[in-house]
Amino acid sequence: MINIQNLKFRYPTGDFRLDISAFVVEKGEKVAVIGPSGSGKTTLLNLISGIIPTSAGSILVGKTRVDQLKDDQRRDFRIQNIGFVFQEFELIDYLNVLDNILHPYRITSALTLDKSVKDSAAVLAESMGIGDKLKRPSNNLSHGEKQRTAICRALLSRPKLILADEATGNLDPDNKNKILDLLFKAVDQHQATLLAVTHDHELLKKFDRIVDFKDFQPKEAI
Amino acid sequence: MIDSLYIAWRYLCYNKIKTATLITCITLISFLPVSLQLLLTESERQLMSRAVSTPLVIGAKGSSLDLVMNSLYFSDEIPELISMEASERVMDSDLALSIPLYVRFQARGNPIVGTTMDYFDFRGLQIAEGRNLAVLGECVLGARVAGELKLKPGDSLMSSPETLFDLAGVYPLKMKVVGVLKKTHTSDDLAVFVDMKTAWVIQGLGHGHQDVTQLKDPTLVLKRNESNVAATAKLYHYTEITEKNINSFHFHGDTSVYPITAVIALPYDDKSGTILRGRYLSKEETRQILKPEEVIDGLLQNIFRIKNVLDAVISVVALATILAIILVFALSLRLRQGEIQTIFKLGCRRMTIARLIAAEIGLIIFASGILCVSLVFLIDRFSNDLVRVLFIS
Repeated sequence: MINIQNLKFRYPTGDFRLDISAFVVEKGEKVAVIGPSGSGKTTLLNLISGIIPTSAGSILVGKTRVDQLKDDQRRDFRIQNIGFVFQEFELIDYLNVLDNILHPYRITSALTLDKSVKDSAAVLAESMGIGDKLKRPSNNLSHGEKQRTAICRALLSRPKLILADEATGNLDPDNKNKILDLLFKAVDQHQATLLAVTHDHELLKKFDRIVDFKDFQPKEAI
Repeated sequence: MIDSLYIAWRYLCYNKIKTATLITCITLISFLPVSLQLLLTESERQLMSRAVSTPLVIGAKGSSLDLVMNSLYFSDEIPELISMEASERVMDSDLALSIPLYVRFQARGNPIVGTTMDYFDFRGLQIAEGRNLAVLGECVLGARVAGELKLKPGDSLMSSPETLFDLAGVYPLKMKVVGVLKKTHTSDDLAVFVDMKTAWVIQGLGHGHQDVTQLKDPTLVLKRNESNVAATAKLYHYTEITEKNINSFHFHGDTSVYPITAVIALPYDDKSGTILRGRYLSKEETRQILKPEEVIDGLLQNIFRIKNVLDAVISVVALATILAIILVFALSLRLRQGEIQTIFKLGCRRMTIARLIAAEIGLIIFASGILCVSLVFLIDRFSNDLVRVLFIS
């Protein structure tokens, strides 16, 4: 699903430098990325999703060379093929739960919002346990409910790749397990691939594979 | 675009106070100059059309504006009084037709205009309902007065006392409504027309009471001799003129010295008008003759001078408001950086942000536009009354 070869990236300022000779994630895999802060985990997700362009090397997501896409093409590719789950949920305050889930469809012409999508959003929310909160303002939800909403938003377009950036970092232990289980279940149902950055070592056993970032290089963890 | 409008709508609904403030600001800066222009245009139309159609006005020396405003628009400001002799002097000159006016009293907030039948011909006033004045104590109502007071021929209307606390003053007169005029969209719609003598009765210069020669109650008679009977204050004065008591109404003294507020002079030709004006130029003359068009033109010049100043002030305020609105949007964008970053990460294009902001601005301007048009419509609807309140009364 993801094939990175000879990737070199550095920010214009500072010493940060990402140098990945090869990094592969197979279709359907659930991979955890761990490592100290500032080691390049989030930058890796941003490069894979095309949020930031590469300096050198190739990034293949599915059959698309993300590194060769122009800015607008990368954005369209991302919204159609990649679901993002963030640590801070990043819901839109002024929208209710349903509108937040449907939000990606309303901010791009690459996706079409119709009744079937709205029905799917309701079914997805139901499966995530927030079916009765669709009309509730998003700022009136618990952390767990917010993250469930964010997962629904990420999954609604049935993306083949889910990128989760410390998705359980703001949740209590009980909610962490529940949310991760829901995420795993949804990923399985959608036959998607999951690449999740996490600091939570207790959850690592649930993943198929763990990649440890040290010295800006991903290494397979034992 | 519908999705952008929907998101913008949700955002504006969520930030109610900010939205309401912006809409109010934009509405005000667009509404103020438009409404001001509307009112001034209407005031110019109202004031000028009547002034142009009134050749000359004669009144006591003093404020020419008060005299013209009272004579033409029946304003509350009462000029110095002159005597009925002023009207007779114009008639005797054979230079113009004179129409005396006595605009001093009110009935339920509407001016009572004491005049002669010539006034109705001069203004082209036509009776819509009932008949014209014929007998002492009758009144004819302007269309608006009749509508607002819900009066029709056969009803009665009381004159208002000049001062509430004048216990020794004249009793209000109960006037009989005999007619309602057709609508003219002028000050005549707002007036209660009476005969000159009825106006003097309202003032107490003419009155009716029990026949003192027939009095049997000794407490009503102060002094009695062969040629004269002096009654006490207990003597009953009629407050309504009826068929039964009309013959008891009488005027003491010479009516040519009775008061009026002005005389409208209608010269037979331009030359007569010029000659007539010349007769009021001497320093000893206690009256002035005015061409209302000149007086109103002077007033309008002043109003437009003030309007120019107001325009400049409004322009500066508008500029400051627009800058403040730009600042609000700029600060709002900065506050919404988190939201913008999120939707960028999700995959929205840069133009989408511009479209969202444009949709928000568009909705605010649309709402302001609707509000502004509604207010302007209201101003336009009531401009006639507003002009009266702001510029005439």
